[in-house]
Amino acid sequence: MTKQKENIAIKFAGDSGDGMQLTGAQFTDNTAAHGNDFATFPNYPAEIRAPQGTIHGVSGFQIHFGSRLIHTPGDEFDVLVAMNAAALKDSLSGLKSNGVLIVDRAGFDKKNLRLAGFDPDQDVLSSPMINNFDCIVVEASRFAQETLADSPLDPKAKDRSKNMFILGLILWMYSRDIASVERFISEKFKDDEVLRKANLEVLEAGYHYGETAELSRYKTEVKAASLAPGEYRNIMGNTALAYGLMAAAAKAKLHMFYGSYPITPASDILHELAKHKYHGVQTFQAEDEIAAACAAIGASFGGALGVTGTSGPGLALKSEAVNLALMLELPLVVVDVQRAGPSTGMPTKTEQSDLLFAMYGRNGESPIPIVAAGSPSDAFSAAYWACKLAVEHMTPVVLLSDGYIANGSEPWRFPHLDKLPTIKTPKAPEDKGMGESYLPYQRNSDLVRSWVTPGTPNKQHRIGGLEKELETGNVSYDPDNHQAMTDIREEKVRRIATYLPNQEIHCGESQGDLLILGWGNTTGIIQSSVKELMEDGFKVGQIQLGFINPMPKNLGEILNKFKCILIPELNTGQLLKLMTIAYPTCNFSGLHKVKGVPFKKQEIVDEARKILKEVENGR
Amino acid sequence: MDGKKLTARDYASDQDLRWCPGCGDFAILKQTQMVLAEIQADPAQTVFVSGIGCSSRFPYYMNTYGMHSIHGRATAIASGLRLSRPDLNIWVITGDGDSMSIGGNHLIHLLRRDLNLNVLLFNNEIYGLTKGQYSPTSKQNIRTKSSPFGSVEKPFNTLSLAFGARASFIARSIDREAKHLQEMLKRTNEHEGTSLLEIYQNCHIFNDGAFEPFSDRKAQKLNAIFLRQDEVISFGENNEKAFRFDGLSPRVVDKANYPAEELWIHDESDALKASILCNWVESNPELPKLFGVIYANKQSNNARSMDSDVLDEHYVNDLIKGRKTWSV
Repeated sequence: MTKQKENIAIKFAGDSGDGMQLTGAQFTDNTAAHGNDFATFPNYPAEIRAPQGTIHGVSGFQIHFGSRLIHTPGDEFDVLVAMNAAALKDSLSGLKSNGVLIVDRAGFDKKNLRLAGFDPDQDVLSSPMINNFDCIVVEASRFAQETLADSPLDPKAKDRSKNMFILGLILWMYSRDIASVERFISEKFKDDEVLRKANLEVLEAGYHYGETAELSRYKTEVKAASLAPGEYRNIMGNTALAYGLMAAAAKAKLHMFYGSYPITPASDILHELAKHKYHGVQTFQAEDEIAAACAAIGASFGGALGVTGTSGPGLALKSEAVNLALMLELPLVVVDVQRAGPSTGMPTKTEQSDLLFAMYGRNGESPIPIVAAGSPSDAFSAAYWACKLAVEHMTPVVLLSDGYIANGSEPWRFPHLDKLPTIKTPKAPEDKGMGESYLPYQRNSDLVRSWVTPGTPNKQHRIGGLEKELETGNVSYDPDNHQAMTDIREEKVRRIATYLPNQEIHCGESQGDLLILGWGNTTGIIQSSVKELMEDGFKVGQIQLGFINPMPKNLGEILNKFKCILIPELNTGQLLKLMTIAYPTCNFSGLHKVKGVPFKKQEIVDEARKILKEVENGR
Repeated sequence: MDGKKLTARDYASDQDLRWCPGCGDFAILKQTQMVLAEIQADPAQTVFVSGIGCSSRFPYYMNTYGMHSIHGRATAIASGLRLSRPDLNIWVITGDGDSMSIGGNHLIHLLRRDLNLNVLLFNNEIYGLTKGQYSPTSKQNIRTKSSPFGSVEKPFNTLSLAFGARASFIARSIDREAKHLQEMLKRTNEHEGTSLLEIYQNCHIFNDGAFEPFSDRKAQKLNAIFLRQDEVISFGENNEKAFRFDGLSPRVVDKANYPAEELWIHDESDALKASILCNWVESNPELPKLFGVIYANKQSNNARSMDSDVLDEHYVNDLIKGRKTWSV
C-alpha cells in the first residue's frame, strides 16, 4: 500500500565521483514534472577531485518536495542516501530519527571505512549509531555489475552506473513515472549506444528492485502541489540571474556585455551567458577582476549594457573601477555572488557578509544602489531591476546574490517579457540646430545625465574620473563645485526610491508584535518560521528586502506597525546596522550566524519566541 | 562631418593645455592632431582612452570622444569598448608607469588578444605626475626621490616585453622627431590588431635629457638605428656599420666590406628577425636603440568583430521558457 505524505526531504550523498549532483538534478526535474513544489540545495567540495572516499570528497544534493508549498530545502531530511562511509559520516547528523537510511554495501568495505575515519574492522552498518534509523542496505554496485554482465563496458564503467540504480529505486519509492529520466539518458548518450543502453538498464533494474526486495512498505506518494496557476519550469539561481540580465538587455534594446574572471560561485553566470554569443550577448573572460569590470565600463561607454560578475574577493578588486563608473555616471551592473568569509574564506559555502562592503567599500563619497536577490527564481527579477536602475539612472548598481541562491533551484512561474516593466535609456535633449555644444553632465529632473555614445555626430565629449564641473563635465577643483557634485550624486541615488515598487508583506500579518525582516537567501526559511509562529497564534509578519539602497518609500510605514523587528542574517549584523541608521526609532534586534550554511527554521523560531515572550511580558 | 576639410585645429578641444611648458607631450599631441587631419578622421568616430599620469590628460585636449580613466586600466576599458563597438577608431594613451607597472597585466593580455586598438605608450622613464619616482623603465642606478641611493631594479625592455606578449605590431618613435613620429602614428593607425607605439618623451622636470642621445643630431648617429623596410640596418657616425649573420648570431661589421645582400636587411614581417631585434639588439648596451617599425605581422588574427546585435525578445522569451515546463 502506498503511503501519502505532504512533504519529504531527501539527501543524496556520495563521493564526488559518484554522480550525486546528476542524480539530484534528475530527481529534481522528475519532481517538477510530477507537479510538486520543491527547493534544492547542492553542496559539493571545492576540490574538483578530492581524495576518493574521504570526507573532503563528499558531494551532496538535498531536495525537499511537497504537495504543499515548500520554502526551504529542509533543516533535516527524511531519507539519506549514503553511497559510502564518508557520506554517512558527513551527513548522518541531518537525518531525522527513524529516518530512512539507504546505503550501498560496496561503499562500506574496509578501505572506505578507513578513509572515512571509522574502525575498518567494525561493521558500521550494524553499530549503535545506526540504531535510530531505518537502514536499507542495497548492493547497488553489485547489482549494476550483474545487470550489465553482458555489456562490453569495463568493470569501472559499469560501477559508475550505480547512481542510476539508486535513482531508479528512489523514483519507484516515490511512485514516479521514470519516462522523463529515460528521455534524458537517451538524449545524453545519443552518440554512445553502449552507455545509453547500460544506463537505461541499470535505471530500470533499480526501479524494479523495490518490488523484488519487498520494500513496498517504503512506497510513498507526495501528490502534486497546488501552486498558483500558470506555466512553470525548474530554475537555478545563477541561470535565473543570467536570464534576468538578458531580459533587461532585450527589453532596453541593448547589446549585452558581460566581463568576468572565473570565480566560485559566480562562474556559472559566465558559462550560461557565453552560450548566447550569436544572439547579442558578448562575454569577455578577462585577465583579472579589474579588467573584467573595466571592460564592462568600456562597453557601457560604447552603448552596451555593461555587466561584470564576481564573488567577494573580486568585488574588492573591482572597487576602483566601480567608483569610476560612478564618476562617469555610466550604467554598470556589478553582480556579487557572495560566499563565506574574508579573503579566500570558504568559496563553496554561503554567507551574506558583503552588504556593507557593497554599500561603503569605495574611496570618497560614493553612493550606489544595491539590489538583492531573495531566492533562485527571484534572481531573475533582481537582475532585471538592477539593469533597469543602472540604465535609467546612469549609475553602477551592485546586485547581491549568494552561493545558496546561485546553486539552489525551485519551480519558477516564468514571466513573458511583455509583462516586465519597460527600460528607457536616457537620451540627449533634442538638438535645436543652433550649433550649441553638448553638455554631457546636463541632467533631467531625476538628476540623470544623458547616455550619448561615441559615433554620435557633433556630440564629442570627454569624461573621466577627475571631479567634473556641473553640466560641462570639464575638470574642476572648485570647492563649491565639488560640494555640489557630491550632493547631486547622493541625491540622484536617493531619488531612485520614487521609482521602486512598494515594499510588500511577504507573508503573515501586516501589523502586530513581531516583524521578521530578511534579505537574500533567508526568504524561504523566514516564511516557514512565520507560518509556524502564526499557527501558534502569534501576530507575526515577514518582509524580504530586495532594494537595500535606496530602500522602498513605504518601508518605514510597515516597520512602524510592529512592536519589534527581528533581522536574521548570515553575517554579524550588517543590514541591522543600516536599518538602525535609517530608522532610529524602530525596535530592531538581530539574529546572526556565520557557519557557511543557511539558517534552520528552529533557530529563527526560537529567537522569535524569545522576543515574543518579552513583548508579552511588556518589555 | 559636413564635407568641409578638417584641419589639425579641428581636432583640438577648447581646454587649456596643462602640461609643464616644454614637455614632450605637446609635440606628441600636435603630431597626433596633424595625422588625424591628414587622414581626415571623423572626430565623432574617434575615441581616446587614457589611464592616469601626465600623458593621460591627453583625451581632454582632443575634440573627439574620450575617457580619462583610472590608473593602468585604459587598455582594459578600451578592450571592452572595442569588443562592443567594432566601428570606432580607438586610441589608448598610456605612460610607462601606467602601462607597464600598475597596468602591466592588461597590457600583455591586450597584446595577446590583438584587439584592433592603437596604443601610444609615452615613455619618459619616470613618474612625473607624482613628482619624480623611478618607473619600470628607469635606468638602473637612477637617483630619484624614491631611490636616493640609486634604483637597484632592472628596467623593462619594452620591445622584448611586447614581443613576448605576442604583439602583432611594435614600433618606436621619439617626441623630437616630428616627421618620424607622424609616420609612425600613421602606421600605428593603419595596422589591424593591437599596435603598440612606444614614444620616447622627455620629462624635462624630473628626468631631463633621458633621451638626449637619440634626439641630439650628432649623438643620434651613434645611439639610434632608424629602421626602414627592405633597407640594410646600419648605424654609426657615418652609417658605416651594419649587421651580418653568423648562423643565427648577428655580428657588427663594416658595411663597406660586404655586398648588401649579405647584410641584415630589415624586414618588419619577419618574426625571427624581430625577435633578435627585440631580445638581442635592444638589450645590448653596446648597441644603439631601435626606432621605426620593429615588427608588423599583417596576418595578425584579430578577426573578432563580434556580432553587436541587440538581444532579441523572442529569443529571450524562448530561453526563459526552456525545454521542460508544466502547467498548474
